[in-house]
Amino acid sequence: MLKNLNKTTRSNIITYGIVIVAFVVMQGLAMAGAISNSLVGLLVPICAYICLTISLNLVVGISGELSLGHAGFMSVGAFCGLVVAACCRGIVGSDIVRLTIAILAAGAMAAVAGVIIGLPVMRLRGDYLAIVTLAFGEIIKNLLNNLYVGKDASGLHFSMESANSLGMQGGTILINGPQGATGIDKLSTFASGFVLILVTLTVVLNLINSRTGRAIMAVRDNRIAAESVGINVTKYRLIAFVVSAALAGMAGALYAMNYSSIVPKKFDFNTSILILVFVVLGGMGNIRGGIVSAALLTVLPELLRFIGDYRMLIYAIVLILVMILSNNAAFQSRLTSLREKVRRRSDDQAALAVDSQSGGASHE
Amino acid sequence: MGFLTNLINGISLGSVYAIIALGYTMVYGIAKMLNFAHGDVIMVGGYLCFISMTNLGLPPLVGVLLAVVGCTCLGIVVERLAYKPLRGAPSLAVLITAIGVSYFLQNSALLIWGANPKAFTSVIPLPSVSLFDGQLVISSVTIATVLVAIAVMVGLTLFTSRTKMGKAMRACSEDKGAAQLMGINVNSTISMVFAIGSGLAAIAGVLLCSAYPTLMPTTGSMPGIKAFTAAVLGGIGSIPGAALGGVLLGIIEIFAKAYLGTQFADAIVFAVLIVVLLIRPAGLLGKEIHEKV
Amino acid sequence: MFNHGVSRRSFIQLSGVAAAGIGLTACGGSGSSGNAGGSASAEGAIKIGGIGPITGAAAIYGTATKFGAQVAVDKINETEGKTVLELNWQDDEHDPEKSVNAYNTLKDWGMHVLVGTTTTAPCVAVSTETNADHVFQLTPSASSTDVIGGQADQDGNVTIPRKDNVFQMCFTDPNQGTASAKYIAEQKLGTKIAIIYNNADAYSTGIFRKFESEAKNLNLEIVSTTTFTDDSATDFTVQLNEAKSKAADLVFLPIYYTPASIILKQANQMGFAPKFFGVDGMDGILTVEGFDTKLAEGVMLLTPFVATATDENTKGFVEAYKKTANTEENPNQFAADAFDCVSAIWGAIKALNITSAMTTQEICDKLIETFASGTFTFSGLTGENMTWSATGEVTKDPKGMIIKNGVYEPMDAAK
Repeated sequence: MLKNLNKTTRSNIITYGIVIVAFVVMQGLAMAGAISNSLVGLLVPICAYICLTISLNLVVGISGELSLGHAGFMSVGAFCGLVVAACCRGIVGSDIVRLTIAILAAGAMAAVAGVIIGLPVMRLRGDYLAIVTLAFGEIIKNLLNNLYVGKDASGLHFSMESANSLGMQGGTILINGPQGATGIDKLSTFASGFVLILVTLTVVLNLINSRTGRAIMAVRDNRIAAESVGINVTKYRLIAFVVSAALAGMAGALYAMNYSSIVPKKFDFNTSILILVFVVLGGMGNIRGGIVSAALLTVLPELLRFIGDYRMLIYAIVLILVMILSNNAAFQSRLTSLREKVRRRSDDQAALAVDSQSGGASHE
Repeated sequence: MGFLTNLINGISLGSVYAIIALGYTMVYGIAKMLNFAHGDVIMVGGYLCFISMTNLGLPPLVGVLLAVVGCTCLGIVVERLAYKPLRGAPSLAVLITAIGVSYFLQNSALLIWGANPKAFTSVIPLPSVSLFDGQLVISSVTIATVLVAIAVMVGLTLFTSRTKMGKAMRACSEDKGAAQLMGINVNSTISMVFAIGSGLAAIAGVLLCSAYPTLMPTTGSMPGIKAFTAAVLGGIGSIPGAALGGVLLGIIEIFAKAYLGTQFADAIVFAVLIVVLLIRPAGLLGKEIHEKV
Repeated sequence: MFNHGVSRRSFIQLSGVAAAGIGLTACGGSGSSGNAGGSASAEGAIKIGGIGPITGAAAIYGTATKFGAQVAVDKINETEGKTVLELNWQDDEHDPEKSVNAYNTLKDWGMHVLVGTTTTAPCVAVSTETNADHVFQLTPSASSTDVIGGQADQDGNVTIPRKDNVFQMCFTDPNQGTASAKYIAEQKLGTKIAIIYNNADAYSTGIFRKFESEAKNLNLEIVSTTTFTDDSATDFTVQLNEAKSKAADLVFLPIYYTPASIILKQANQMGFAPKFFGVDGMDGILTVEGFDTKLAEGVMLLTPFVATATDENTKGFVEAYKKTANTEENPNQFAADAFDCVSAIWGAIKALNITSAMTTQEICDKLIETFASGTFTFSGLTGENMTWSATGEVTKDPKGMIIKNGVYEPMDAAK
């Protein structure tokens, strides 16, 4: 049946299929108590990282811009989401509704941040764009480190000085500068994470396969050619950037509400880099690869715990080796010849297994 | 006097950034890669010098020399094992590998030298210079750092413009294919660049630790990022640009802290960077390359 | 620079192999209920889990607590003649996310009691988990009030309710802020006070806030308040110049000893010599390898532990610590706090006849009752006759120390 569909649709169905099957299997195992606490605890972060990877892939893979400040959008979403969730406490009864409102608000806030940052950033290209996104990430972190938000009977209070200057009595401090947010309601669940992945996937895949998406990729492949056929380069780059920011914000809210406390320090350069690693390892522009690599690389350091002190060293070596093996020309040609042999034996089966042209195809 | 003191402190900090940025810019200019492990080579340089001075009791100059030799070798080995197999691979793949190398170096240092910070003894055992009845104190390290930064910048400029090897490097940076056709060994030229870059990192590490004397496995990462910023500010790939960017970044950082408040210093530094790049999208001294159809 | 050619086929192939591996591990883990630490389980031993950063920028503190706890476990097992306690220490990289992961790993291991986490921000996240699971938790060094919960600030604002299963071995941040201000006022140590603190750090900011308000009550004059972040912890000339230009005679440093050592050096370079006053995070400054202890001459700090003390317990601990950690450096107060955590828990376990046959929740109930009773006392390295209240805070005397000739001396004696 799958064969009758066109390549893109088929590839997309496979991607959705993998996510749904993975969810059903994991949910089933978790409910049956057949998997370890350690893995259960990783489910929501994995969902958040998958969403972040898909959203960053839109910028790095599809739009072709290197962004080093993705964690900044994540943090905007995270802190906005938890403030909104706290405001809805007592007003909205259902946890799921509260989480949905919080995530949507987080997405909107991050989109606003995306526009504010995207407008100037889109004037630049290449490494200069990369460094400006890094700079914005650091600025957001610095501002959040000085942000104080409290809630009492008379409403929300904001301050950029200290918790004492919030001027409230008998209330709750929601965000306490560098101490971050504590006492967050843990609203995120694996199911909500799964839904967010589906939403993110739908948004990104539909965008890629739309007229807009083709314009974005045309800009990436050859800006001048795209310009000459009348594509508004800045507009399409900005669309990709803002959508990506909004999705990252939503993932940030999901992430934050999985923990009872979150600090601005968490959303630093290293986290941005971590998400970038997921994207690159999964294959730039390859949404499905990104999903797999985000899940695997989140689990990997936990699996390596038995090594003890050498854990992070091994992780670094694995990272280098995977990068070299998947990009080294000599190794690749050997792999290709091996694949040819397999294909000759059962060409029909292999044609299905080898993934098709989703997103950014290889091109130099 | 306060202004002058701040200016001198800014130049001192900026000179350290400048030396690191020069290493970044060299590697970027020729190998076209952002070597995120550069900051960690700085840290290794610091440790090598520390060990030779404190544990082996060698004189400071020998310590510096050992650090330079050690880091140069490290640079060559890392390049050979991790970056060379990726020649021709997408630049982001190389970037991620560099991040892997950075993790590797940090965690190796943690296992070898432990997590406890080491207090670095300055390699310049001279007293501070005191001017205007002690109102203005300039430490010997500051003077040495500024001099070394200038020397390195001039040296590199001469090297790339006058020597055969340097010319080969510039040729590689312009067009690798054409350089190869002209009989330049591109591979060994790139290895050479890494050796020079790592040697510079060692010098930067020693000076960084002399001025700000705490040595930990993560010592190099933040100065590394700041220096990367400085290199971009000056126009990445440009040698005078890296030096200028480094000094400017140092001055901006100190002035932002002194006159605009310490709380938002980081935000201000990066905001200035953004403004500069918006006005001059290729950095202060970078060349705008116009694409041709 | 963007070539979109990272081969995804080969990566997916590689990851397919890895995925198969993970599948196996996950199943294997669940079957044997995850012997995560890799250490063989001793029959009947109480399993103590520990969490703290072993890698990353905060690795100093995690490593110290890890070895401190290990020394205590080894000592107790030796005294008892058999393995009665078992320690499994997990790395959290000073990151709440990794800390919760580490906690879940320990749960799989079958942990009975948690000693940790070492650092504050991760501890706030983990303590919520232990609270939900009802696992007894005693933290050696996470000093924020958010760790134990239920504490209101001066305006009566509460962030989180009390987590009844969480107790601290260290002073809370506000306690230290108050104690420091009182000490300075009572001993008349300074009249013009400058403060340099880390405004990206929960610990430092927590102490500073309380110190600031307490100083106001005590009519101490604060002439300069400057900050830094972890990203700018290399250069302090601006902060020191500000303090110098305001003629500060005492600089209060509610920060850890790593940045403090740079501050001391730079102050010395610019010829600025006020009194320096630190808190417990300052302890360890003398252990920094290569540090010129002359720079720290006259530095005052509040610390519960002195590695150079001459009593038998401290001497024995320092010796055992050096052996266990395979180091020449003296342990800092983090190590001593962790040692005391394990020792105090063992004291309660023994008194209550707790065995590993009980469930983690039963053990938690018993330990909470004991620790919250106010009558349970413990004497260890960091204090004599410590007691805990139901709020989770410890009561012990801070010792005011002054550095003289490279060693700590009690401040009162030095006067």
